[in-house]
Amino acid sequence: MSAYEKVLAARDTKKLTSADYIHAMFGESFIELHGDRNYADDKAVIGGVGMLNEMPVTVIGLEKGRNTMERMERNFGAAHPEGYRKALRLMKQAEKFHRPVLCFVDTSGAFCGIGAEERGQGHAIATNLMEMMALKTPVLSIFIGEGGSGGAIALAVADEVWMMENAVYSVISPEGCASILWKDSSKAPEAAEALKMTAQDLFKLGVVERILREPVQGDQKMFESLKLLICRTFEKNLAVDGERLAELRYQRFRKIGKVK
Amino acid sequence: MDLFAFIKPKNELERSDETDVKKPYVPDEMWEKCPECGTLLLTTDVEENCQVCSKCNHHFRINARKRIELTVDRDSFVEMDAELESENIIDFPGYEEKLEKSKKISKEKESVICGTCKIGGAEVVIVSMNSEFMMGSMGSVTGDKITRAFEYATDKKLPIIVFTVSGGARMQEGIISLMQMAKTSGAVKRHSDAGLLYITVLTDPTSGGVTASFAMEGDIILAEPKALIAFAGPRVIEQTIRQKLPRDFQTAEFVQNKGFVDRVVDRRQMRQTLSDLLRIHNYGEAEI
Ligand SMILES: [Zn+2]
Repeated sequence: MSAYEKVLAARDTKKLTSADYIHAMFGESFIELHGDRNYADDKAVIGGVGMLNEMPVTVIGLEKGRNTMERMERNFGAAHPEGYRKALRLMKQAEKFHRPVLCFVDTSGAFCGIGAEERGQGHAIATNLMEMMALKTPVLSIFIGEGGSGGAIALAVADEVWMMENAVYSVISPEGCASILWKDSSKAPEAAEALKMTAQDLFKLGVVERILREPVQGDQKMFESLKLLICRTFEKNLAVDGERLAELRYQRFRKIGKVK
Repeated sequence: MDLFAFIKPKNELERSDETDVKKPYVPDEMWEKCPECGTLLLTTDVEENCQVCSKCNHHFRINARKRIELTVDRDSFVEMDAELESENIIDFPGYEEKLEKSKKISKEKESVICGTCKIGGAEVVIVSMNSEFMMGSMGSVTGDKITRAFEYATDKKLPIIVFTVSGGARMQEGIISLMQMAKTSGAVKRHSDAGLLYITVLTDPTSGGVTASFAMEGDIILAEPKALIAFAGPRVIEQTIRQKLPRDFQTAEFVQNKGFVDRVVDRRQMRQTLSDLLRIHNYGEAEI
């Protein structure tokens, strides 16, 4: 598959969404918690608590919706500031109760609109980056589809970042990149190649730790093995002192693209 | 000093891809036309007035060195990490040429200048971004220099002042440029947790990945009048929602009204304001 074919695959509406993963992995144990305690409940972000095997976990996902109605309601997974603030509220709660945080990332980007700007989209993302870096509890982010720029990294300042084999993660959409640089959005396939945005390219760049085989809807065995992998990682990181964990997280980002 | 040094690059910039916001003005030899009110101003008068229009208070864009010169105590600036230069880390087509062009236009090696200085006698780390270098876009060297500046300030227990101007992340560095948002934010957090003061001054334009990281993380956030402050730029929003935007949308004053800027400060009062804020936080002569 070419880079751009992977972009299209990552955007495919038939793809599993965060809600599908949460349902398959947490089942009945998932209890959704709403709202940012400040403005509203952003439906582009699902968050709550549940049991991953025997382990209490806070889970947060950018949710695109699974059908047209849901997609409208969830703003196609493009979150407003209150969505990022809800996510941070739940992460802080997880830290308080020493639960690990699992994030699913799937978004074309943070929403660009009047309300989003008025309520401080930049401020909301910035605050997440700053606070996630210092969270004294394990954080793991898994990219399951599209990872669009600031709106994606706002849920991905983690101890480890994993990606599904056909997920993408980029500073800008290939269409946006092509239209700004080459004044021609039809050059998106070239831009996708140049941006090095596929899971495989990002693994080579040292930006992600693991590439995962994508589970198929209904194949519970695949979800079980993913669960096991996540639980093992959390167990390992729960054994590390919280301050030390935050230090390691900082060093993880500090060394990416390091300048001599 | 060369009065036109800051002007020429702007004309060049008009042709660069990243310039998004207001059109640069076209200067004559001795005169410049204010792009806001159209008044012809004597270049030397503008220079004397901190590059502000004496008729309408329009703040002309200035480069990073000029900014430092207007802000710090005379001869107190010592640059750090001046030698760092960007490389084409993801082999992005045309990036080397772009870097060369930007270096020529700006006469700088990167989109940010960092160093130590004194302001009103207080020792401070200063970071000044440069719109003349790829519209202040954040590449890995930009992020690294800013991170180092914060780490140095944390280590030496110094306050830090950051002047932002940026079109956002530098797409020619792909994901590595996005990672700078997390890296710089982490360095800000450590500086903050050490109980040290961080003041940001948002200048025209501050947008994208810079707004969504260190620009919005200051203890105190100041802004220059009318500066464009945005996460998504006005054009992107208009394309997304297909609506015309209100006239003062995303100006410093608008953002202050929405609660995300502490104070809009005229450039001619900036140095005094910074010096006062430093003193209130017990930085200054007495401590040294
Ligand atoms: Zn004027």
